Amino acid sequence: MDLFIAIFTGTVIAATPLIFAALGELVVEKSGVLNLGIEGMMLMGAALAFWAVTAGYPMPVAILAGALAGAAASLLFGVLALTFLTNQYAAGLALAIFGSGVSAFLGRGFGSEPIEALRRLDIPVLSDLPLIGPLLFRFDPMVYLALLMFVAISWFLYRTKAGLVLRTIGESPQTSHAIGYPVIRIRYMAVLFGGLMAGLAGAYLSVAYTPLWVENMTAGKGWIALALVVFATWRPLRILLGAWLFGGMTILQLQGQALGLDVPSELLSALPYLATIIVLVLISRNRQMLALHFPASLAKPFRPTS
Amino acid sequence: MRFRIEQRPEPSSLMRVAAPALATLLTVIVGSIFFASLGHDPLATLHAFFIEPLSSMNGLSEWLLKASPLILIACGLAVGFRANVWNIGAEGQFTMGAIAASGVGLFWPNPESVLLLPLMFIAGMGAGMAWAAIPAFLRARMNTNEILVTLMMTYIATLFLSYLVHGPWRDPAGFNYPQTALLPTAALFESFDPAYRLNPSIFITVVAVLLMWLFTDRSFLGYKMSVSGAAPLAARYAGFRESAAVWIGLLAGGAAAGIAGMAEAAGPLGQLSPQISPGYGFAAIIVAFVGRLNAFGIVLGGLLMSLLFLGGEGVQMTLGLPSALTRIFQGILLFFLLAADFFIFYRVRLVRPVRDTHALETAR
Repeated sequence: MDLFIAIFTGTVIAATPLIFAALGELVVEKSGVLNLGIEGMMLMGAALAFWAVTAGYPMPVAILAGALAGAAASLLFGVLALTFLTNQYAAGLALAIFGSGVSAFLGRGFGSEPIEALRRLDIPVLSDLPLIGPLLFRFDPMVYLALLMFVAISWFLYRTKAGLVLRTIGESPQTSHAIGYPVIRIRYMAVLFGGLMAGLAGAYLSVAYTPLWVENMTAGKGWIALALVVFATWRPLRILLGAWLFGGMTILQLQGQALGLDVPSELLSALPYLATIIVLVLISRNRQMLALHFPASLAKPFRPTS
Repeated sequence: MRFRIEQRPEPSSLMRVAAPALATLLTVIVGSIFFASLGHDPLATLHAFFIEPLSSMNGLSEWLLKASPLILIACGLAVGFRANVWNIGAEGQFTMGAIAASGVGLFWPNPESVLLLPLMFIAGMGAGMAWAAIPAFLRARMNTNEILVTLMMTYIATLFLSYLVHGPWRDPAGFNYPQTALLPTAALFESFDPAYRLNPSIFITVVAVLLMWLFTDRSFLGYKMSVSGAAPLAARYAGFRESAAVWIGLLAGGAAAGIAGMAEAAGPLGQLSPQISPGYGFAAIIVAFVGRLNAFGIVLGGLLMSLLFLGGEGVQMTLGLPSALTRIFQGILLFFLLAADFFIFYRVRLVRPVRDTHALETAR
């Protein structure tokens, strides 16, 4: 039973950064913009949040700093992709490389000492309940924030007028512009929001998940988050399920190593990447389902003609 | 006074040439500000970064030595990029090429065979192509996004390398370092001059540049690739299948990266260790763009990018600045280049307020 609890809670925690980053990217892609720079934004968020903790700022401030670092990085991408109509693939890749460089530069003074991790909420009565307590009520606040963001974003995209406008812009910016919606401005806001979420994801990694700084500590989680959006065929609930699936993969791999399975640790470490490929293959084969939810103007530059 | 952005009737050929120069200049300016904010004399730092590496014979040798794999890989990647095939896993294909070539070099029954280098070349190229064939197959047959697959394959290749050098291929006499034994002499490119590291493998890159130029600018197939990138629908009507572009694009990138991996293993490295690439596979993506996906542009882009690597190492040693500066500079350069490209297709016009024109007319 303890092993089950460990796997369950481990999965939820490992999924949290993926949920933040993938939900943020979902909003960006729903507006018709493809930002491949998640890895870079996450690293910037991770570095800044870690720095803020070591500099003695309280935890919420540190996490906010991480989120803002992600947003600032995404603004660089936004200016290129939205104002300068750059190829979005190239701009996103540039951001990924730049972010890894800047975070490594910021992180050079961090040393290798761990910090005190973000503490979990111990809600008085609830967390002491047998079974349910450890399963549901002993996480840190960011885990709950990720779930809250899932609810908020699902509601925003499918239940509000602003969400409808955002999705329309992702389908046909020309039409939206003709009706009078400020396409570029809304896309900027989506890109900034995506950066904020990627920054949160990075902050979670460095102050809660593994509370220490390692260069390139995201280890491809930003790219896995991108894959999750495709895997989820641009739907929030499937992002949540997908993130848990990948979180579970990560935890099984760690448990496998801890149990001393007789396979090379590198093989276990490769599992999440292999799983990403396999899942992408399974999803991508169904072209109809992809086409149904794919934002039609994704990665196409838009410039108002009047 | 107000600015207005308008589309040029025709892309500006002047800006096409000026944009990379402008981007480089802006990168240097931002770099100076950055150095100054770190408390270093910007001029001295820039000198250490960009001039010093080129002021000695050894520096020039290192410059070409580092530019060579970048140019080689970028040539292969650009073939795909032209057709909108986004292979961003060259780092993994490079790693697999280095592994396969080293494997041949270490385990070939006759370590003095003159066939060793050619065999390693074939093994490196084959491994790079095989590693790229997986995303090509998945994209062509299963519609799977090649960006994500090539990237995931890079992480897997890195883990595979780590497994080999920590496990079965580890040199028992290597003082427990995770590295293989040194390759036999016959498996190494001999330097032009024993004092420097530059070796004949740069000729491979020269040939690759010529091949790339012939393919993209002089062959019908290359032309069809470019059309399929610029106008996929038109290409499909003309009977050029998208899957052909996917296969050619990815295999060209994989072959080039695999050969570059082989040339590194058989050249300056001489053995496998976990750090076989300072990020050549990723930097080559920037080189391809800086070179505008054009063979000779890529040569210039590669020379510029390798200077950034060299300068980064230089200031790390002389001024104690972190090596991450290299990646920051690379990112900034690409940012500026992408932004400068805007002015090829658009221009900024100063729009005078109406009042002024009225005043002008009455004065006349």
